Amino acid sequence: MTNNKTPYAIELRDISKRFGAVQANKDICLQVPAGTVHGIIGENGAGKSTLMSIIYGFYEADSGHIEVDGQIVDIRNSQDAIKAGIGMVHQHFMLVENFTVLENVMLGAEGGALLQQGMDAARAELKRLAHEYSLDIDVDAVVEELPVGLQQRVEILKALYRGARILILDEPTGVLTPQEADHLFRILRSLTEQGVTVLLITHKLREILASTTNVSVMRQGEMVAHRETANTDKEELAELMVGKKVRLKVDKDEATPAEVFLSAKHLSQLDSQGVKRLKDVSLELRAGEILGIAGVSGNGQSELLNVLSGITPLDEGEIQFAGQTITASAPKNAAELRDLKMAHVPEDRHKMGLVTGFEAYEAAVLGYHNSDAYNGKILMNRKAMLEECNSRMAAWDVRPPNPHLKTANFSGGNQQKIVIAREVEQNPDVLLIGQPTRGVDIGAIENIHEQIVKLRDSGKAILLVSVELDEIMALSDRILVMFDGAVVGELDAKDADERTLGLMMANAYNEDQKGAAQ
Amino acid sequence: MFDTLIIMLDATLRVSTPLILAALAGLYAERSGIVDIGLEGKILGSAFAAAAGAAVFGSAWIGLACGVLASIVLALIHGFACITHRGDHIVSGVAINTIVAGLTVTLGLDWFGMGGQTPTLSGDQRFTEITLPFADALRDVPVIGQIYSNLLSGHNIIVYLAFLMVPATYWIIYKTRFGLRLRAVGENPHAVDTAGISVAWIRYRALIVCGILCGIAGAYLSTAHNAGFLKDMSAGKGYMALAALIFGKWRPVPVLFACLLFGFLDAVAVRLQGVVIPGMGEVPVQLIEVLPYVLTVLLLAGFIGKAVAPKAVGRPYVKERA
Repeated sequence: MTNNKTPYAIELRDISKRFGAVQANKDICLQVPAGTVHGIIGENGAGKSTLMSIIYGFYEADSGHIEVDGQIVDIRNSQDAIKAGIGMVHQHFMLVENFTVLENVMLGAEGGALLQQGMDAARAELKRLAHEYSLDIDVDAVVEELPVGLQQRVEILKALYRGARILILDEPTGVLTPQEADHLFRILRSLTEQGVTVLLITHKLREILASTTNVSVMRQGEMVAHRETANTDKEELAELMVGKKVRLKVDKDEATPAEVFLSAKHLSQLDSQGVKRLKDVSLELRAGEILGIAGVSGNGQSELLNVLSGITPLDEGEIQFAGQTITASAPKNAAELRDLKMAHVPEDRHKMGLVTGFEAYEAAVLGYHNSDAYNGKILMNRKAMLEECNSRMAAWDVRPPNPHLKTANFSGGNQQKIVIAREVEQNPDVLLIGQPTRGVDIGAIENIHEQIVKLRDSGKAILLVSVELDEIMALSDRILVMFDGAVVGELDAKDADERTLGLMMANAYNEDQKGAAQ
Repeated sequence: MFDTLIIMLDATLRVSTPLILAALAGLYAERSGIVDIGLEGKILGSAFAAAAGAAVFGSAWIGLACGVLASIVLALIHGFACITHRGDHIVSGVAINTIVAGLTVTLGLDWFGMGGQTPTLSGDQRFTEITLPFADALRDVPVIGQIYSNLLSGHNIIVYLAFLMVPATYWIIYKTRFGLRLRAVGENPHAVDTAGISVAWIRYRALIVCGILCGIAGAYLSTAHNAGFLKDMSAGKGYMALAALIFGKWRPVPVLFACLLFGFLDAVAVRLQGVVIPGMGEVPVQLIEVLPYVLTVLLLAGFIGKAVAPKAVGRPYVKERA
């Protein structure tokens, strides 16, 4: 860090926080000079949000302490944080939607038991803030009728109204258009000119480089590096973020891609806020190959899986699969696609892959529960379900091999085996598989990888989405890289290395570097 | 004809009073995000406690205090289950209703030995009618005099209190800090929490207010409207108040009118008791008694537009990982 004579606006010392078995933050140290924009970057799940929640008093750290302007502060709840001059702009806005801007700003800082007086004062103060920081807004507008960018402005005003000198923004651009995001960065700059210190949490490299003074990188709950933004670049940050991991080895022969099983053309999808999450994605999936989709999590991979598997409808483009054409006006749902022999292992097995309160044998037929194999004339055929489950548990080495155990009580790896076995044993033509080994122990990873390769060798097509670069490189025959909802690069797995992929994932891979890399 | 109308409207005011108090009680609870199906139980519990207190101490006011206290205790039990332990609001409310229905009769038998009733109250043990100034002098003035003397005058103090609670509630909800926080916590408790305000404390306070109002409603039933406690005397008023609350879209003034409408239908039902319509025979009273509920369903189904409940109502507040 630089030598700074004035005390840091905020300093963290050895902050640790554990949620059950997950060490979300480990010995985090951070020093932020006053009047700067300090970026904190890391992949999803790296512990950034937890850290910020600790600073804002939403959680208490297990150990460590926080200093503001050189003084140790004891932050046990949001009120303490506000008193210490810390304000937070949450990723999901903390606004009462049917309140006016004025009411939202006042909430918790009403200035007296009756509203009228406080309202007049707040109106005047908001006018001053709007003028000083160029944050214009109609204070009598109802929040739910405002566009997202302005709602965020209300959040910023809320913090400033409470006298925040340190402003934390958690993934502030996730819901913004690029123009709104640029405007936000201009606002942040004018805030720092007035002496406000900004902590910017993001997983987008572009934003860090465009707007911060210093940047700290988090990985798996730890702070792994601090850099001055001027002395670093996308390349270095991407590498720090992703990290060098132990290389996984998978034995597999050369792929022999055959006919196209699934082809997608110009797929686009909007989220509920109207933001484009999937931008003009085209791909072809051939029999006998594993197509890996790499990318920093949150860049459209989940949306791609959901659209391909029929969970969410697409807005533009078309998918050709099993002789059928799927478009926005002629959609197919997940059940119809299953019948056409498309299997899907969702990224989040707890939310989408399993019903955790079900016993294993019930979970093992989910999605195929209407199949004749599991049904008698009226009732479900429990015996057939149990037999099937028993034989799969033996084949896939699920432990404990007890079909009556609730799926919640299996370990992550065994839950995943139950899900993958369910999909693979239906003998699908196309397997969509998301984060196959997330939260899975090493032994089970190997087993799962072998099964995926085996499926490929039997002439099936597999689309693999993973945020684990090692996994992508070990399994894929061909790799597509996604960034900000679009496919930004395609590589043959043979040509892929961590550096190239990391650059592509950060969308920092231009022609020069391509030349240098080769 | 005009006299009949005055008499019916007069009855409407009397019947609406507990509904208004209970519906406003529900308004505080639900605006804070707590579903309170236990209004019924609180009214009944308070009716019993008020009658018992009035009978033992010989004062309607002490009776009222007992009723309010009993109702607050029930409200706090509901709060303990729903706020502190994040239990299901409906289950807790139904449990309170069931317990109170049994407990009032059991305690009544044990204490008074009169088949679950309390002794008949008289004199100071009851809230008696208040004659407004000049009511007697104006009685003979046509129309205005009749409205003033026969409709507006001659009610007990709780009736006037109930009607005063409507503007008071409006003022509290929309013009005070407590009201702002109350509305916020029912819509988005996360916003309240991150503003550094305790979600639980606001909800508890809302439930205490709810308890007080239900307590007054119960005391009205046993020590003002009637002269003593009878088994199950709340007779679904709590549920009707809940219907009025939804009907009035959780807003004080529309809720008042919903209560008046239900009260009027109730008065009509009483009025029509024993009336014989040619060709049909006696009007079945049950048919009219069911009208408020049928009306609520019908009107909510399409005539008054969507009733948008406070967004967070019925959902326990859990701090989530941000």
